Amino acid sequence: MSVRHQRDENPAGIHLPLDPLPGHTSRGRLERVLRRGEFAVTTELNPPDSADPEDVYNRAKIFDGWVDAINAVDASGANCHMSSVGICALLTRMGYAPIMQIACRDKNRIAIQGDVLGGAAMGVANMLCLTGDGVQAGDQPGAKPVFDLDSMSLLETIRIMRDNGKFLSGRKLTTPPQVFLGCAVNPFAPPYDFRPIHLGKKIAAGAQFAQTQYCFDVPMFKAFMQKARDLGHTEKIFLLCGVGPLASAKTAKWIRSNVPGIHIPDAVIKRLEGAQDQKKEGKQLCIDIINEVKEIPGVAGIHVMAYRQEEYVAEIVDESGVLKGRQPWKREIRRDDQIVAQRLDHILHDEITETQVDMVKTAH
Amino acid sequence: MSEKQPAVTQATLVKKAAPKSDYKPADVSPQRRVQRTFAVRLWSIRHSRLLEWFYSRFADVFLLLHPLWKGIGYGRVEAPVKFVEKRVKGFMFDCRMCGQCILSSTGMSCPMNCPKQLRNGPCGGVRANGNCEVEPDMPCVWVKAWEGSRNMKHGDKILAVQKPVDQSLRETSAWLRVTAQAAAAREAAQNPQNTGAST
Repeated sequence: MSVRHQRDENPAGIHLPLDPLPGHTSRGRLERVLRRGEFAVTTELNPPDSADPEDVYNRAKIFDGWVDAINAVDASGANCHMSSVGICALLTRMGYAPIMQIACRDKNRIAIQGDVLGGAAMGVANMLCLTGDGVQAGDQPGAKPVFDLDSMSLLETIRIMRDNGKFLSGRKLTTPPQVFLGCAVNPFAPPYDFRPIHLGKKIAAGAQFAQTQYCFDVPMFKAFMQKARDLGHTEKIFLLCGVGPLASAKTAKWIRSNVPGIHIPDAVIKRLEGAQDQKKEGKQLCIDIINEVKEIPGVAGIHVMAYRQEEYVAEIVDESGVLKGRQPWKREIRRDDQIVAQRLDHILHDEITETQVDMVKTAH
Repeated sequence: MSEKQPAVTQATLVKKAAPKSDYKPADVSPQRRVQRTFAVRLWSIRHSRLLEWFYSRFADVFLLLHPLWKGIGYGRVEAPVKFVEKRVKGFMFDCRMCGQCILSSTGMSCPMNCPKQLRNGPCGGVRANGNCEVEPDMPCVWVKAWEGSRNMKHGDKILAVQKPVDQSLRETSAWLRVTAQAAAAREAAQNPQNTGAST
């Protein structure tokens, strides 16, 4: 019985790492897609406030076949949720390619280096190094902010672990983690002229891919990309532009004044206010932005953040046509599982009354 | 990366549920309550080029005094030097005595004043007016650091990736540490065969 395998899938099992390729630092799908020069799509999983693994599986399922990797957020906005390590453990079991986010807000260097090893051992191939929102933004404003490392020294720490096989202390690792390192970029916050240079610093520290903050101001993003190209950064890093649908003009206004680091121009709010169906218009706006940014040289993909509108991710990706007919890895039922399921179905649902007397009769 | 949030967040609910009383503390956070004004710190950043020049002369003087420090013993001069350093840098830069001063690499804006203590650049939360995400009234330490570094002769030192803070060096004198290290480097350069044998 031959089972058809998808591209970038280990034939021995979907949860297993791929074969190492020359020039690749990880054994994951996202790096392969990006290095092949394909336009990558990543998204974010809304972390559940529950201890039920099904919640994670259900939330990941709606992205099936539409995205190349899923961000497992680390208490985003400083709100308590299931940990990124926990989400990654569940997702890797099912064969998904998670991007493990690590925020410096909650863990010191001892915990972080331990989590990096644990994550890599579970099969996490991508890690995203973040500073993290301040604790004042979340549901536990009285928490102690840790910030032992910053995003830059975190990148460097993991790079040293991977390339030199050493902890920050210099102690040796027996098996170094093989990971694809990412960082976040916000071209939409001051100091604007420092941001592209800051990206260069992150590349020097070890970043291989970057996801940007929500892009609602395309001209501003274009200016940033122009500077990044002039500095030669786009050849050294895969840059994924952050996009997402706005639910309404009211939410847009709220986000603008309450969520740090998100820049929404007045024109966007005006466009939403003028629409009949604001939610639909928000989605259309997102698609329009994707169509604009995908043409900018140096943009290697998009990162769709559709908080509480995850069901729109597939539509947005489909309607913007960024995949150009390519289908990212999709969780499929394997052939042998299917046969078992059919037989089970026969036993469970078909009316078979089998008494021992009948069985003896049919046996002769 | 911050994400999009619904109109009523958990933070709002927590704030609403907090016990109500007439007593409202003056400012938004403990850090802000201690720090009433940023005028001197901002002056230092505006005059970063002058301070850079002064600092390099000052380091030379300290290095010249190395035999004196060594004679008395670095351990013994630590306390008085730290006393002066803490007050002078505290007044000029709102120094937090991390013990590993990088003011010359950060445009004379002390990165330990950042609520996230970032030593490598701004976070993504800087407000459109250039103020801090955590302390809405405070100009972002890194916006100022970038401005300050542009005035300096060796301002491009801001591009170096800084190592994480060594917390075990807190509340020690950075001046003496730098001096002792410079003296050791000078000695190593003068007689390389000695150091070659010892290392």
